[in-house]
Amino acid sequence: MSHSLFYLLSFITLFFALLVVFAKNPIHSALYMVMTFFAITCQYLILNAQFLAIVNFIVYMGAIMVLILFSIMFLNLNQDTEPQKSSLLKFAGVISAGLLMLTLVGAIVKTGGGDVPFELVNSNIGLVKNLGKVLFNEFLLPFEIASVLLLSAMVGAVLLAKKDIN
Amino acid sequence: MDIAFIIEKLILISAILAISLVIAMYTTLAERKFAGFFQDRVGPNRAGPWGLLQPLADGVKLFTKEEIIPTHAGTFLFVLGPSLSMFTACITTAVIPWGQDLFLFGRNISLQVADINVGVLYVFGVVSLGVYGVMIGGWASNNKFSLLAAVRSASQNISYEIAMGLSIIALLMMTGTLSLREISEQQSGMNWNIFYQPLGFLIFMICSFAETNRTPFDLPECETELVGGHHTEYSSMKLGFYLFAEYINMFVSSAIMASLYFGGYNYPGMHLISNPNVAALIGVAAFFTKILLFIFFFIWVRWTVPRFRYDQLMKLGWKVLIPLAIINIALTGAGILFFGK
Repeated sequence: MSHSLFYLLSFITLFFALLVVFAKNPIHSALYMVMTFFAITCQYLILNAQFLAIVNFIVYMGAIMVLILFSIMFLNLNQDTEPQKSSLLKFAGVISAGLLMLTLVGAIVKTGGGDVPFELVNSNIGLVKNLGKVLFNEFLLPFEIASVLLLSAMVGAVLLAKKDIN
Repeated sequence: MDIAFIIEKLILISAILAISLVIAMYTTLAERKFAGFFQDRVGPNRAGPWGLLQPLADGVKLFTKEEIIPTHAGTFLFVLGPSLSMFTACITTAVIPWGQDLFLFGRNISLQVADINVGVLYVFGVVSLGVYGVMIGGWASNNKFSLLAAVRSASQNISYEIAMGLSIIALLMMTGTLSLREISEQQSGMNWNIFYQPLGFLIFMICSFAETNRTPFDLPECETELVGGHHTEYSSMKLGFYLFAEYINMFVSSAIMASLYFGGYNYPGMHLISNPNVAALIGVAAFFTKILLFIFFFIWVRWTVPRFRYDQLMKLGWKVLIPLAIINIALTGAGILFFGK
């Protein structure tokens, strides 16, 4: 049951991810990306990681994609104003994406990922209580550093967006 | 998963959907009646006795109007906008506990569709999804005013979501759970959260006014500046869906405020009633009374307070509500530390 669900969801995820790349209209691309994130949210749910699922839902679908949609709507992208990349740049893009894929495939093969979908050792780790305990005991320092990093990124963004510092 | 369970849930879901639609329908009438009262008029009184059939007449009117889809608008997205608004408005009710368990036919029937243990976050997720209905509709209309209104509305919703989330963190620190059912249970007797979290409730309420686009935060549909709002190009029932979703949202946010801060289905003297079914049913009635009082409050504010200017709205959200919510979190933390709850 959960295996076939996993394959179905993976198919949906990849299908919409491909549509993100192939869609002509940037707004449609962004909306397909929302669907991709939704499928990933469902993946978290079948891993019994309710908290991660709902956070993925709120942060990626509810906040980040809204902001991306927001900025695309203001840019008024269409065929005439779209900057055309030279073929050299396109070639470089293909090569770097291929390298990234090679790395990912290598990583999956190294971890021994075979035909069985990944399963958690402790199936309740994704619930709020357990996740909170792990985050605030074992991984407290990385967690705090990550939040400081986010804060400094935010301050930096505000500083860059401000025209006159005075 | 037996058949009885599925039937029970199906009946519950249909009943909740029907109740929320009917309440939203009659909220439109109540709104116009109260508007009439506040402005010293009669209000709608032609359709049926005391105008009671007015919502039906409105519905028939909207359904039979000509449907116009503007050229150069993406048809699919144009239809998706209002559908999404309506859909997100309806699915929030899934996690609200409407009452205590009923014992019928030898079964323990829970009056809550799904008791997921991240209930509060689920509500936030759905609220944040609601922005898409407005944005997609505004963009697909292929109209500058619609787009401007959609962008304005989206930025309003995003800004107030932050303060809303922060205000609720203080509450969650006290309750120690994200499940709406457990939060309701903890407030039995008169142990309501409003007495411990008055500031948090105030922030939450202001934010829910902003999230439902009600006055004084109804900038998404500002006739004087934007022709109509994100739904300028919409006609017939698609427009109706946008307007109706607002009333369902009002109902849902009243229900959430009632269950988070005002004791949910709890009422004083609950433990004195020996029959659990009767106690549960009175609880449901108490819950709906609280919801209706909140809906009245929404209407009352709408006909009393004028609309904010856009910069005032942003200032209130970012410079007043968010710092206040953070102060509230600190105060709650100190309270828990020194008094242990």
